[in-house]
Amino acid sequence: MATEFHNLQELRHSASLANKVFIQRDYSEGTTCRFQTKFPSELESRIERTLFEDTVKTLNNYYAEAEKIGGQSYLEGCLACTTAYLIFLCMETRYEKVLKKIAKYIQEQNEKIFAPRGLLVTDPIERGMRVIEISIYEDRGSSGSSSGSSSVSGSTAR
Amino acid sequence: RRNRGGLLNQRSFIVTDPERSFPGQRSRSPRRKWQLLPGRNRFYCDGRIMMARQTRVFYLTLVLILLTCGLFFTFDCPFLASHLTPAIPAVAGVLFVFVMATLLRASFTDPGVLPRATPDEAADLEGPTGEGVLNPPPRSREVLVNGQTVRLKYCFTCRMFRPPRASHCSLCDNCVERFDHHCPWVGNCVGRRNYRFFYLFILSLSFLTLFIFAFVITHVIIRSNRTGFLSALKDSPVVVCFFSIWSIVGLSGFHTYLISSNQTTNEDIKGSWSTKRGKDNYNPYSYGNILTNCCAALCGPLPPRSGLLLSTTVLASSPPSPLPPLPPLPPLPAPPPPLSPPPLLPLPLSPPLLPPPPLLPLPLSPPPLPPPPLLPLPLSPPLLPPPPPLL
Repeated sequence: MATEFHNLQELRHSASLANKVFIQRDYSEGTTCRFQTKFPSELESRIERTLFEDTVKTLNNYYAEAEKIGGQSYLEGCLACTTAYLIFLCMETRYEKVLKKIAKYIQEQNEKIFAPRGLLVTDPIERGMRVIEISIYEDRGSSGSSSGSSSVSGSTAR
Repeated sequence: RRNRGGLLNQRSFIVTDPERSFPGQRSRSPRRKWQLLPGRNRFYCDGRIMMARQTRVFYLTLVLILLTCGLFFTFDCPFLASHLTPAIPAVAGVLFVFVMATLLRASFTDPGVLPRATPDEAADLEGPTGEGVLNPPPRSREVLVNGQTVRLKYCFTCRMFRPPRASHCSLCDNCVERFDHHCPWVGNCVGRRNYRFFYLFILSLSFLTLFIFAFVITHVIIRSNRTGFLSALKDSPVVVCFFSIWSIVGLSGFHTYLISSNQTTNEDIKGSWSTKRGKDNYNPYSYGNILTNCCAALCGPLPPRSGLLLSTTVLASSPPSPLPPLPPLPPLPAPPPPLSPPPLLPLPLSPPLLPPPPLLPLPLSPPPLPPPPLLPLPLSPPLLPPPPPLL
């Protein structure tokens, strides 16, 4: 039975971890970072397939952008080499910029899509880019309605 | 100790447990994430510098380079600058700075260590049996990479299937991405994140040694016009120079070949992509053309350190809260069962044939008197941990 959570805070307060699903890497195109878009069976009752696939595909696109080898990355590499890599004291690499975008995207997706369905997506960088870890939460306490479980205000927006 | 999959707050880099009330209970002393890394690495400068455990040979490398260049600058350069051109010490200076910068960068950079699997991840791979005892997964798994079948091995220490091209270094006790080899001269593994620095180091070192060698010879020749060739020659250890140059230049050539075909030392030595294994065997990672392979290896994007974000990541250790039932994990078997080939080659970097120590050519001592012995200047005692470079 799907439980309803209003936001991320409530997820932490009132839910307990039931299970974790791991989305593995997809190496069919080489060692660039890509995750499998196969829909895991544990999430069948929790989230729509399309939403899940969209999230994973967007993440894959972000990683492809970070690891793209083209004019801009060559320029960055050559510039870095000529300045003995000191330039990275002042400037972020493109990869780091994209990783920040990814972190923001995951946070957003968690708030809007996953937390209301009792799920939480962990940023793959936390796991060495090996897996996307999705934690499945169950409502703590009774299996009744969740709105009674939180005495903290339910709909505080962050 | 279980990782509860805490959410990372991007702004403050504190790991919180989603089951604890937020921001309430933070425990006593925050620790750094790098301090909790298993594996036999050493860290300096609050985690910014990462090296292998055995660093004595690295200090030797530093000493040899500094000593030789020091002697060259002190004894040969004044003569050459005044008799030939002052551009000579200038070029030598630039090369020297480049060599030192790339050496330090190769030694101190995290080679691309893969963090070990969390207990939950490992449990997911292993799969519980009825009694709650976990079976290790099958030893390898095959995947198709660009049409070529690649076998991914299961790493018993890190408890995960290694990505393609990753390998476990037994000296550092870590899985490293795109593992090339463990280099004792550099005091670190050479992997995805520091391969380009390593390559630029050996390349610039070859140029430096050839440069110094050439000008020491020039110095000998010019001086021999005055004092006679043999007496000038016996002042300089030319034979030693020749061997050391040969090994470094040979190594640079070898790595140039590896880069242009997009292979690692590991793969080349095992012959993973050689056609001797099968007619259809090919390297699935190569871009097909030498220039693209070189550019990708040297100028491609540099990924940041996995799982550590910044070195200033602070971990708030909270005691584990009581859990819903995930099957309990047994302790790992104490000696991991030996896998078919031994995990890695902890060999020094030179390909088997070449002689080891890269002694650089020593310059001539100052003229007039019966020449004192040049080489056995007592090597200084090991240096202090090198000052943090500007990374």
